[in-house]
Amino acid sequence: MIVSTSGYALEVVNLKKAFGGLAVTQNVSLSIRPGERRLIIGPNGAGKTTLFNQISGDMRPNSGAIRLFDLDITRLPPYKRAHLGLSRTYQIITLFAGDTIEHNVTLGLLGLRPARWQMWRPLSFYGNMVAEARRTLDAVGLLQLATHPISDIAYGERRRVELAMALAQKPRVLLLDEPLAGLSNTERSTVKSLIASIPRETTIIMIEHDMDTALDLAETVTLLNYGRVIVDGERDAVIADERTREVYLGT
Amino acid sequence: MQFWIIQGLNSLSLGGLLFLLSSGFSLIFGLMRLANLTHGAFFMLGTYFAATAMRAYDGLNIWVAAVGAGIAVAVIGGLFERLVLTRLKTNPLGQVLVTLGMSFIISDACLMFWGGDSIPVPTPQNLQSPTRILGFVFPTYRLVLVGCAIAAAILLYFLIERTRLGAMIRAGVDDRQMARAVGIPVSNLFTLVFCLGAGIAGAGGVLGGPILSAYPGLDADMLPLALIVVILGGIGSLLGAFVGSFIIGIIYTFGTALFPELAYIILFLPMIFVIAFRPQGLFGRVGA
Amino acid sequence: MKWIGIALLAGSLLVPPLFAGDFYVNLASQILIAAIFALSLNLLVGFGGMTSLGHASYLGVAAYICALLTSRYGLGHGTAAVLSIAGTTAMAAFFGLIALRASGLGFLMITLALSQVLWGLAYRMSNVTNGDNGIAGLTRPAPFGISLDSPISFYWFALIVAAFAFVMMAIFVSSAFGSSLKGVRDQPRRMAALGFNPWLIRWITFVYAGFWGGVSGLLYVYYHKYIHPTSLSTTSSAEALLGVIAGGSGTLGGPAVGAALVLLLKNYVSAYLERWNMLLGLVFLFIVLVMPTGIVPGVSSLTARLRGGPR
Repeated sequence: MIVSTSGYALEVVNLKKAFGGLAVTQNVSLSIRPGERRLIIGPNGAGKTTLFNQISGDMRPNSGAIRLFDLDITRLPPYKRAHLGLSRTYQIITLFAGDTIEHNVTLGLLGLRPARWQMWRPLSFYGNMVAEARRTLDAVGLLQLATHPISDIAYGERRRVELAMALAQKPRVLLLDEPLAGLSNTERSTVKSLIASIPRETTIIMIEHDMDTALDLAETVTLLNYGRVIVDGERDAVIADERTREVYLGT
Repeated sequence: MQFWIIQGLNSLSLGGLLFLLSSGFSLIFGLMRLANLTHGAFFMLGTYFAATAMRAYDGLNIWVAAVGAGIAVAVIGGLFERLVLTRLKTNPLGQVLVTLGMSFIISDACLMFWGGDSIPVPTPQNLQSPTRILGFVFPTYRLVLVGCAIAAAILLYFLIERTRLGAMIRAGVDDRQMARAVGIPVSNLFTLVFCLGAGIAGAGGVLGGPILSAYPGLDADMLPLALIVVILGGIGSLLGAFVGSFIIGIIYTFGTALFPELAYIILFLPMIFVIAFRPQGLFGRVGA
Repeated sequence: MKWIGIALLAGSLLVPPLFAGDFYVNLASQILIAAIFALSLNLLVGFGGMTSLGHASYLGVAAYICALLTSRYGLGHGTAAVLSIAGTTAMAAFFGLIALRASGLGFLMITLALSQVLWGLAYRMSNVTNGDNGIAGLTRPAPFGISLDSPISFYWFALIVAAFAFVMMAIFVSSAFGSSLKGVRDQPRRMAALGFNPWLIRWITFVYAGFWGGVSGLLYVYYHKYIHPTSLSTTSSAEALLGVIAGGSGTLGGPAVGAALVLLLKNYVSAYLERWNMLLGLVFLFIVLVMPTGIVPGVSSLTARLRGGPR
């Protein structure tokens, strides 16, 4: 595992973002260690997804810095961050609806490989890559559906495909944006055990709006409200903290 | 010196015409997110209308003709919007394609009806004698055109910024879903704005008649200018359309006068410059 | 079923030179040229998700460069062809840099504006392009000494080039890069998050589409032995776009069928009416309102339904 000089996998330093007069990220700072399981919680509109968007590069902050294993990625476009080991899932499922599950995961693998520029050979030529896609699908328990189109499978299964795509690249830092949203109880426990089984080489940062569902997956918790960090620390300490109760009772 | 003054005035009058053409285009694009490729044809319809009406009724007041053409073209635009465009709400590309198709239909209809020759539009008699300012002689009509553009700009500004209708339009531009949610009749607003845009273009065509004449292909000449003005000035921005129109008027007039063969490249350059360094246009919003 | 279709296609491609008179052979050649042009546009529209209204730029510029190099500068056809294609591709690279600063409607408007600028230049720069008179009296090349002047020999030449173009574009679209392109068309944000560079993928496709547009331009000027600014007009781009949409932008061969239909319609109409532009406009309205996914998908879903069972 790569050891950084600062000791952190991801650092967010004094991040600020405003849309016109509306401040959505106000001086947010985070320090996340390699292998950590961090949960970011907060009521609706607290700025959680906006924060993720800035970390993944979909949005540019007004000021502040983001460092991935000590490398300043604040100005890098999203695709470059993917090459540095950052991966994310989205709140709204954005899969390739017309394609098979296998194709979706294979695309996930293709993004980091030189083969993506190959203008002569089809994807099927890359047997190793397709095999690895199938292995990833097996790991999330969806191998039997590999040749089905995305449009055919259930919502919970799509969430797992999305997770598979993000995991296929063996990321160093994985951002999960409300991975449990909209799932039934059985689907939820399947996805939770999947997340729990992700190896420590991958640092996980998760957003969940509903605190109870994801709490047992978290080691550390950050509470956001109105774009600001309110409480930050070990899970049990944050739960017990008075300010946490204030924020949630006020909702 | 006289050359520069005359070209300067020509630039301003062309700029004024371009504003009448592109303000409607910009409004339609801003609110309806529709690149109305029929816009040049709407303008041309106005010019042909003027050509016929002014010659048939000698002494017809050009303002009356402008209003008449504006209304007629607005009606045509409204029918098109209601009968065709509303059916394509979920197909924005399709909307653009039908406006293209409509422009072909209108331009061919004009060719069929008025023939292939260029038809000049007489300058109104009371505006034919030149004006003297500071010892220089100016064609009066061109001065009047600039005045018209400024008047139209002021009227549109008041409409958009100071009336309830304008507030509804601005709300629709900013967030269509939200506007609908708060009860703004967005579809009717669309029809109204489309009619308004088409009508201004038609009126502009009448007013441009004495300078441009009515000829087949006028629409194809005007549409790219409107596009370049809006790309330069920024989509959905009236100020952008105003400033952009005059900048393009100046560049096109002086360019054609000084380097006739390269006038199109000279138009090209500010557009490239803007796209390269400020893709939202001079006054547009990012992500329009 | 697929093999029957292919056999029919091969058969119909062989009919003109073997059985038909000169008029139909020439018409078939024109169809092949229009097909290559439409297929190149579909790389952008159907596979790249980028609708361009300025594709005629590449056909026209390649045609004009070839015309000028052969008639005014006396270059041989081989050299002229290479330089024309190189010049057109370079122009596509440049235009791509500009147009791809935007997407969707902005992209459409920029491609339209750029092509109109070229059209205006072709008209105005008369001492170079001969303006409204066009450049006439051009010759066809004689590859390996074989003359292409007869309709049948030109047809075989066009068929070989069209087949080659089709195969090359099919390979491109089914390649790993083609999968990346389609991914960027469908979910650009997701693709960026996966490590793909959406801008570069689009730009490469834009240049490749311009390249094949240029190839169709060369065939065009060889066939007509004449070039005029109308080949650069929006009408020309619109006819290709109509062909793509009518034939179905989601399929590889659809645009070729659509282009053939548009050309046949144009020929038929021109014989009886002068109102081609108006008809083109009406057909646009009809296709968009009634058959937005195009004729080829419509027909294949129809045959699937006729053969019984769910779609």
